[in-house]
Amino acid sequence: MMSKKRNMIALTIFLLIALATITANWWLPVSPTAMDANQRLLAPSGTHWFGTDDFGRDIFARVVVAARVSLAVGVIVAIIATVIGTLIGLISGYFRKTDFILMRIVDGFLAFPALLLALALVAALGGSITNIVIALTIAFFPVMSRVVRSAVLQINNAQYIEAARTTGTRDLVILLKYILPNVLSPIIVQSTFIFAKAILAEAALSFLGVGVNPSTPTWGNMLQESQIYITIAPWFSIFPGIAIVITVLSLNILGDGLRDAFDPHSLKRKRKRKPKQTAPAA
Amino acid sequence: MLNYTIRRLLSVIPVMLVVSIIVFLLVHLTPGNPAFIILGEDASPEAIAQLEEQLGLNEPLYIQFFDWLKQVITGDLGTSVYSAQPVTELIFANFGPTFSLMVLSLLFILIISIPIAILIVSLRKTILDPLFTNVSLLGVSVPEFWLAILLVLAFGVTFPVFPVAGYMPLADGFGAWLYHLLLPAFVLALVEIGIIARMLRDSMLDSVNQDYTKTARAKGVRERDVLMKHVFANALIPTTTVLGATVAGLLGGTVIIETLFTIPGIGQLLIDSIHRRDYPVIQGVVLFIAAIYVLVNLVVDLLYAFLDPRIRYD
Amino acid sequence: MLEVKDLHVHLDTPAGLVKAVDGVSFRLEAGQTIGIVGESGSGKSVLAHSLTKLNPEPPATYPKGEILFEGENILTMDKKRLRSLRGKEIAMIFQDPMSSLNPVFKIGRQLMEAIQTHQKLPKKEARQKAVELLADVGIPDPERRMQNYPHQFSGGMRQRVLIAIALAARPKLLIADEPTTALDVTIQAQIIELLKKIQKKYSTAIIMITHDLGVVANLADRILVMYAGKIVESGSTANIFYDTAMPYTWSLLRSIPRLDAAGSERLLHIEGHPPNLIQPPTGCNFHPRCPFARDACLQIDPPLSECGTDHFAACVLSKQQFDEEKQAVAEQKGVLLS
Repeated sequence: MMSKKRNMIALTIFLLIALATITANWWLPVSPTAMDANQRLLAPSGTHWFGTDDFGRDIFARVVVAARVSLAVGVIVAIIATVIGTLIGLISGYFRKTDFILMRIVDGFLAFPALLLALALVAALGGSITNIVIALTIAFFPVMSRVVRSAVLQINNAQYIEAARTTGTRDLVILLKYILPNVLSPIIVQSTFIFAKAILAEAALSFLGVGVNPSTPTWGNMLQESQIYITIAPWFSIFPGIAIVITVLSLNILGDGLRDAFDPHSLKRKRKRKPKQTAPAA
Repeated sequence: MLNYTIRRLLSVIPVMLVVSIIVFLLVHLTPGNPAFIILGEDASPEAIAQLEEQLGLNEPLYIQFFDWLKQVITGDLGTSVYSAQPVTELIFANFGPTFSLMVLSLLFILIISIPIAILIVSLRKTILDPLFTNVSLLGVSVPEFWLAILLVLAFGVTFPVFPVAGYMPLADGFGAWLYHLLLPAFVLALVEIGIIARMLRDSMLDSVNQDYTKTARAKGVRERDVLMKHVFANALIPTTTVLGATVAGLLGGTVIIETLFTIPGIGQLLIDSIHRRDYPVIQGVVLFIAAIYVLVNLVVDLLYAFLDPRIRYD
Repeated sequence: MLEVKDLHVHLDTPAGLVKAVDGVSFRLEAGQTIGIVGESGSGKSVLAHSLTKLNPEPPATYPKGEILFEGENILTMDKKRLRSLRGKEIAMIFQDPMSSLNPVFKIGRQLMEAIQTHQKLPKKEARQKAVELLADVGIPDPERRMQNYPHQFSGGMRQRVLIAIALAARPKLLIADEPTTALDVTIQAQIIELLKKIQKKYSTAIIMITHDLGVVANLADRILVMYAGKIVESGSTANIFYDTAMPYTWSLLRSIPRLDAAGSERLLHIEGHPPNLIQPPTGCNFHPRCPFARDACLQIDPPLSECGTDHFAACVLSKQQFDEEKQAVAEQKGVLLS
């Protein structure tokens, strides 16, 4: 019960953040780009809720707008990495002859810490939003392939699939109609986690100065910019960070909740199950 | 076990081959002529031609790859375009701080996460357990670099207890070395502590009501020993599998932490080289880190097999 | 030696309160063997675990009753006393030998733990004792087997190891919770033989929990039949088998294969399922499945009452009425067969 409520709160918060940033142009009282040299690095107040930055811009407005790039990068990476990873996982789990080659390639990608691979790729490709999406997709699809492959392997020998195979159903039909729907839950859970990780990674890349163009407001860029003012204007560093934490936390809670909801072997359920001896008849 | 070990050792070969292809291709992903990009727009055509020659850019791609691979296998990672030093030398010169940072972090992780997990499991019927689950989720949701900034603000500026930058080699004294590394290592460890403690808690809870714990309780073994001996020994095995991922997290994290605390490790070397477009160094460092990670995973897998008697006596 | 008085055990589950044990009383004398028989879901396992308070709490609570072991109430013992009781005075073996041993510890270590928990022995002596115990329960080459892990033993051998663990501190009472259910039939017989041997050699009292009356037929002195958390019939083994006084026991008996039975007697299983213990049926718990149920059974929850010498049954029908019903069934079958 408690965790159900927790999941609903997380979902609501996440949707509110997404809605707020999409509709920001209509309701933000201050422009996120309006500079004012006389208003530099002001502490939070009634007019500037989160204070102002080194150009006198309103930090609250910038945090709200910055969510667009961060969420967009996160969602696009999550979708593309999920599609590619699922495809590879399905193929290598189902067509056993391709398994060895595909998994060695995936292992090769997995041999890099994700953030490092993304960093190296962005360094090579150059730091545009498209390139960051490409880099993060490459960094995160291998885990998805592994997850999907092991899920496919688990149900590959199920009777209904054996049955479909022996009756001559085409492989593509078996894959899409019988296997994919049954491995959907780990895919959804994993893509939620990729979403969360991609937001963190994008922020880290921007913070390291190899990410999105510094003139575009993203949470990572704001934190990069604020770093030198940490002692005189700590709010400049604190609020964008809190925005990341709340967004990523709500995604992680959702992923955690989905995993518990989907997984029949989930620990929580196992513990709640009645002892076998007393199980009453259904 | 011997069979398993040999198979596992052999599996490193294809992985490292794929790794080297990826690292090799990194340079060739760059849009345009790498020599042009490295030297900048003002470079003379002669200089560009010379660098192309030096990087072997005139040959077909697969020949370039095999030439490069041959060099790499013999331990030659090329020369830095920026400093003209051999890349291997640069890496080894910068590895000490990174290694220190990682070892200390790993130590923090083990010292803190194991007691936390045991405590949480022994108090599993209280409010502490769901609280911990959420806190550990919070742990993986916090950007490392932001946490580092806040801790620097707290312990470097507001209460100046720790130095906020710099590194002292172990040769200059253990105290100074530790003092400079304590804060960065702790920040680096913090995220992973949550993950490891959560994993250990999950697997301990999974085995806490297994039949063999009932046997132990029926023997009259005290609950503390049931947890610390029987449950812990079983939970340790699945937990080792995430140790590899932990090291990956640490290796990725060092790049950020070294930059923030100006620690002259290979992470800092990587970032500097990225800004200087020093591709041989970027390739070398990335390859080196991947190799370490592959090695760690190998050790973890063998450790797993060794810890689980069902595999050890196969 | 052991006296259970009006024991109630409740399980507080998300679906509701389960009255797993609902007012059970019985006595066990030193050296005696009793069998507790019932289907899965009858509460017999919860009852067995209650005897050393091994049910996980939560969900288990003990709202009412006493378990007196040599005059001492187990339910109110402090943790320390309870630990010194477990294994030392009352030992237990469980249903699934495959999962009841710790997979990552050697057999020797697990056996020595059982010995050293209750006796301060030097390691060498404890080891010697462990080897003797293994030999005692029929494990060949015990010295070498001490070094093996559980997965290197077969199911039957693991159950022997578990019996050795249970015997480590020479307990006065051994509780065996379905010790043969997970095993092959031939292995089952060996384990029963082993328990008999132990019973003779050490005059250990045994409580044997099983769903299979056949298992306790030539092991137990007394049998308690449990249904839906209650004892519905108790008596000497002979009484239960040859002078059955409760329809549920009668149904159970007809569900075991018997070599001595005439070929005409068909093997029956009991229709339906044990009742939902969160909302038990009105009246007698067994009435929805009882072939002899009548209107009165829906209203009256019959108490356990004496129906012969040291023979008790909980049924609306008197012993005489029930005997007539059984007779009628037998005659009807005779008609059908002729």
